[in-house]
Amino acid sequence: MSLAGLLTLTTVLLAVLLLTPFIGGFIHAVMEGRRTWLTPILGPAERAIYRVAGIDPNEGQGWKAYAGSLGVFTLASVVLLYLLQRLQSILPLNPTGAGAVEPALAFNTAVSFATTTNWQNYAGETGVSHLTQMAGLTVQNFAAAGAGLAAAVALGRALGSRREQIGNFWVDLTRATLYVLVPISVLAALFQVAQGVPQTLAGPQTVTTLQGAIQTIAIGPIASQDVIKILGSNGGGFLNANGAHPFLNPTAVSDWMDLLLNLLIPFALTWTFGRYVRDSRQGWVLFGAMATLLVAASLASMTLEAGGNPLIPGTVDQAAGNMEGKEVRFGAEVGGLSAAQMAATTTGAPPATYASTVPATGGVAMGLMLIGEVAPGGVGSGLVGILVYALLAIFLAGLMVGRTPEYLGKRVESFEIRMIMLASLIPTAAVLGLLALSVSLTDGQAGPATAPPHGFSEILYAFASMTGNNGSAFASFTGNTPYYNVIGSFAILAGRFGAVFPMLALAGSMGPKRQVARSLGTLPTGSGMFAALLVGTVVAIGALSYFAALALGPVAEQLAI
Amino acid sequence: MTRLLRHYLWPAFAILLAMTLITGVAYPALVTAIAQVAFPSQANGSMIVANGEAVGSSLIGQAFSAPEYFWGRPSAAGADGYDASGSAGSNLGPNDKRLIERITAEVDRLREANGGGSVPVDLVTTSASGLDPDISPAAAEYQVARVAKARGVSEADIRAAVARHTEQPLLGFLGQSRVNVLELNLDLDGLLTD
Repeated sequence: MSLAGLLTLTTVLLAVLLLTPFIGGFIHAVMEGRRTWLTPILGPAERAIYRVAGIDPNEGQGWKAYAGSLGVFTLASVVLLYLLQRLQSILPLNPTGAGAVEPALAFNTAVSFATTTNWQNYAGETGVSHLTQMAGLTVQNFAAAGAGLAAAVALGRALGSRREQIGNFWVDLTRATLYVLVPISVLAALFQVAQGVPQTLAGPQTVTTLQGAIQTIAIGPIASQDVIKILGSNGGGFLNANGAHPFLNPTAVSDWMDLLLNLLIPFALTWTFGRYVRDSRQGWVLFGAMATLLVAASLASMTLEAGGNPLIPGTVDQAAGNMEGKEVRFGAEVGGLSAAQMAATTTGAPPATYASTVPATGGVAMGLMLIGEVAPGGVGSGLVGILVYALLAIFLAGLMVGRTPEYLGKRVESFEIRMIMLASLIPTAAVLGLLALSVSLTDGQAGPATAPPHGFSEILYAFASMTGNNGSAFASFTGNTPYYNVIGSFAILAGRFGAVFPMLALAGSMGPKRQVARSLGTLPTGSGMFAALLVGTVVAIGALSYFAALALGPVAEQLAI
Repeated sequence: MTRLLRHYLWPAFAILLAMTLITGVAYPALVTAIAQVAFPSQANGSMIVANGEAVGSSLIGQAFSAPEYFWGRPSAAGADGYDASGSAGSNLGPNDKRLIERITAEVDRLREANGGGSVPVDLVTTSASGLDPDISPAAAEYQVARVAKARGVSEADIRAAVARHTEQPLLGFLGQSRVNVLELNLDLDGLLTD
């Protein structure tokens, strides 16, 4: 571990820590419709949307209507995105002359982008037109993140007040997008252009190189798509190599900014949650648990990647670390740091290739995804996920002392426990079930490029990534087959809704509950002790669910090296 | 049915349409307009112009094999490497036999051309993008003698050129020390004007 690497990690986390109350408080204010300095600029657009859509912003929804709206919106997004890809060859803004995307791939990409997964089975340079990138993929990068943020806020409202209604999904979605995602994206995009990220409507540029070869350089409106890709924990790159491409991530400064944008909203939402439940310590406990897991994973990845690859012959000077699949401007250590941090959120777009990291680093990335993306996870989905674990921790603690558990003064009863179990078991069942299916079928075995154990890691990584809505891959894996396009879409949907729908049901059930008085037997959830219990629960549940699968993949590989 | 249409389908459709206009058209258009005015060079790909013609982008590496040029890293982008319309890494696992064989062959080639010595790791590994524009200062130093001999100039002159194109980490910790290969080679050819 180098001092420079530690300083990179520390300064990113410090910036996140300092911005959390500011951004988190701002999110709380705009989601509750308070007036901010952006209201005069964006207020007219907000009101126009409500008028056209026929929405009364003061009309609340119960959990069923809220979840239904979220479901219908995602469905509509999938349909629109599918049509855009199928028709792109006859639509404008197609300078590379990309043809219609074939049906199974278009469906997979549509599902993937409507859920912040951004699993990419297409090649960005040639597969999709500028119009599909801008009006399709970029729009979903905002909308899917906005929908995730909305769900988290609805849960916070229910736990922090006493009412049947948990908000209005359409209003939450509109406000999250307009007041939070768009303004930060405009500023960040311009910052990244200054660093060297292109932003033009022109098509590819052709140059004659110094040695006389012809080089065609793919370019486009990259910056605008790239920042929301990261801010909204989406991860779908404009160009194939994604966060490693010098046009998407030209300097160490642009990479530092990527890391900050990546963590910003998922962490800030813990403060927003604290505001909703009127106890900032509750938010900091969640922040602390997420940060503990993140720092541990980051330090492990950095150390592993800085250590190099022991199988490379001794005639090579490996002082720079494991440089296969890394860029010189970032180095192996920061490549490892970014790999961990991009797996810890649902973004999955690091400036390094996951397939070429040492096996244990790949294992750390898989672990971060398999625990359900909670360290800190995606925009909104991370908060929802960590609350599943918080309630689980309270339930376990309640079992130990033999009393009805309560969270934030509200009793956690049998309906809530059933919902928590669903939220925790559906994604797990999806990963392990589809993994087992795929290793048994010829279609599934066709995916990985190598023999086990690395080949097994490739499939495990794919399902961890799709179900976790992360979207990164061991890119040697061939995902663009009818089998994986279809089955992968199910994994993505199980991951996206398997946790959110039960948690919205839980919000609907806990919302109306009266707060019970605190007593000596109440488990204090605003303390460091509870944060430790929470981290322990995440690690224990994750290990119990996935140890066997991880042992067959990355663990076996690392031991054999 | 009308309830489904009025409370679910229509709002979903209307908001998607509004978002397409705001985040799909207005947002990229606004960013493009400001970027083209405020940062025209970066916004258009940081292209390098020599003798009135674009010879490449300072951010995108090129393939070099002639002895008088500094060589960049091996590239997995496209069949011949450095295909800037098909960025890609090798995606070979660390324990993949093909990776070790490729590295061994690359080591032999480099030692033959540069006269032995321990080979810096970045010169034998492919980057994640296949377009890495940089090499480490150690990788440049490893090639100085060869380039000086091929050009018939002193090693000190070549080292001075390398030093001109070596960028240090920002604030001493952000990023790695690196040498931009295309800019260095253009400088050696006397084509870099600024």
